[in-house]
Amino acid sequence: MGLRNFFDRIEPHFEKGGKWEKYFPLYEMVESFAFTPKTVTTAAPHARSYIDMKRIMTYVVLATIPCILMALYNTGYQTNLAIAEFGPSGWRASIIEFLRIGFNPANPFANMMHGLMYFLPIYITTLVAGGICEVIFATVRKHEVNEGFLVTSMLYTLILPATTPLWQVALGIIFGVIIGKEVFGGTGKNFLNPALTGRAFLYFAYPAQLSGDSVWVPVDGFTGATALAVTAADGVQELAAHGITWWDSFLGFIPGSLGETSTVAALLGLAFLLMTKIANYRMVVGCLGGMIGFSLLLNWIGSDTNPMFAMPWYWHLVLGGYAFGLVFMVTEPVSGSHTNLGRYIYGALIGFMVVMIRVINPAFPEGMMLAILFGNVFAPLIDYFVVQANIKRRAKRHV
Amino acid sequence: MAHKRREMLVDPLVDNNPITLQVLGICSALAVTSSMQVALVMTIAVTFVTAFASMFISIIRNHIPGSIRIIVQMVIIASLVILVDQILKAYAFEISKTLSVFVGLIITNCIVMGRAEAFAMKNPPIDSFIDGVGNGLGYGLILMLVGFIRELFGSGSLFGVTIFETVNNGGWYVPNGMLLLPPSAFFIIGLIIWAFRAWKPAQVEEREYKIQTVDAH
Repeated sequence: MGLRNFFDRIEPHFEKGGKWEKYFPLYEMVESFAFTPKTVTTAAPHARSYIDMKRIMTYVVLATIPCILMALYNTGYQTNLAIAEFGPSGWRASIIEFLRIGFNPANPFANMMHGLMYFLPIYITTLVAGGICEVIFATVRKHEVNEGFLVTSMLYTLILPATTPLWQVALGIIFGVIIGKEVFGGTGKNFLNPALTGRAFLYFAYPAQLSGDSVWVPVDGFTGATALAVTAADGVQELAAHGITWWDSFLGFIPGSLGETSTVAALLGLAFLLMTKIANYRMVVGCLGGMIGFSLLLNWIGSDTNPMFAMPWYWHLVLGGYAFGLVFMVTEPVSGSHTNLGRYIYGALIGFMVVMIRVINPAFPEGMMLAILFGNVFAPLIDYFVVQANIKRRAKRHV
Repeated sequence: MAHKRREMLVDPLVDNNPITLQVLGICSALAVTSSMQVALVMTIAVTFVTAFASMFISIIRNHIPGSIRIIVQMVIIASLVILVDQILKAYAFEISKTLSVFVGLIITNCIVMGRAEAFAMKNPPIDSFIDGVGNGLGYGLILMLVGFIRELFGSGSLFGVTIFETVNNGGWYVPNGMLLLPPSAFFIIGLIIWAFRAWKPAQVEEREYKIQTVDAH
């Protein structure tokens, strides 16, 4: 137990009266990362469970692993495909050339390495910029830095396009951490999803790079529309002309944000989260129901001018960020509804809004991010009505 | 007396700011702050209207019947606003076009009504005038702050003079498009309120609820 001894030896310096008293949150962060968090509930109810916050957060990070792998592979694959046509450019390509890995899209190792070249800088920037904010707030406000930030930073990285400039990455996560979480009191008190708040900030601040009209493959000269933008312009049938089949999008071999493209990877994560009961199945059911129901209704109504009306629900599922958002964002326990009935309604509201924004709003081709933020804002209201209805129902029993 | 008047002028700047403490006049603060020039004209217009409206109302305050005082106040405020509107249209037509309805909406600006009702109805004319100027400047201070942030980072310029050369013009600065949208002023005003209250903790409101702690059990 060398590490434990080390922590025990230095701990007194960080406690009250110690010489590094101010830096206690930093110590606490590293210590609880290595061992079980010390904080235990001292007030009733004393429900016992193996699942503490650290485990919840760690499980979510574990659940993103399929998405991360797909993100690495697909980003490299798309880039190498484009390089085959336009030739390599930029410092990342120079490193790849230096390492003699090559740009062959048929070589999985080359794809993974090239994907890593895009994934790692974004992820490291996120960790550093967001981490500094977290530590500053933790030091000033005397609360702990917890593993929640690992989840936020991972999700944030996965929903960004590979082409995002690193300074925008930093700006977005700083906004997300401060406005989405810390001003409301930190982890557990945020009513918005911090990762999505950061993404939304970038979306509105730098629409040219991030709104999803043009495709996100980081090679000079490559232009084209994202799958959803193609559909918005010409309908689902046109996707085949762009070489996108349903199976491609389901497996994730289409251009898009880093980790969002693969539905199957997201579903693997979902299975894990549902099995460990980290994610609540009611939100998932609600969200699927809302999306399928409303898109079927729009299919039935039909439209001559807007090809999105005819988009079937199974395409909605695999294109854009729907699957990823459904698994990792909708099921987030803090910013969602807290009552069981409320969770169905909350999920359905998001599912409905996604289709609404994608199909009927001509300004945005993608709607998942805005729909989830919309749902976040409404979650407390939904809970309020559910609780009030319950009070009324029970009051009726005792007239 | 002089000391008290100085307080009337300075107090609304930070300690009793109409926007950050009383949270009045937010609508125009969102709408007209995308460039500093427009914000400055708006500041001058509101300061002018608040100061003179307060003064005139104060002059006739003992003759206004209590039951119709709001109508009388509105008549005075509205006349002044129309005056400002006409002057702007005559001498600064471009800016008056950008300000559009927001000049007319000074009539409904809560700050003007608030000062008339809360201060001018009870105090002598000169004090009321100074109080109006002070509140107009307090409003303007926040407007200019928000305008500064929004114009500098949203379009890379101040008062229309380029500070950061934007990418579209061959420079290096990528303008932040969100700051040109009115909702961004919400964030900025929120952050300014946060900063003011961190600086002056006396402005922090008491909580309406009690946080349950372990010790209370």
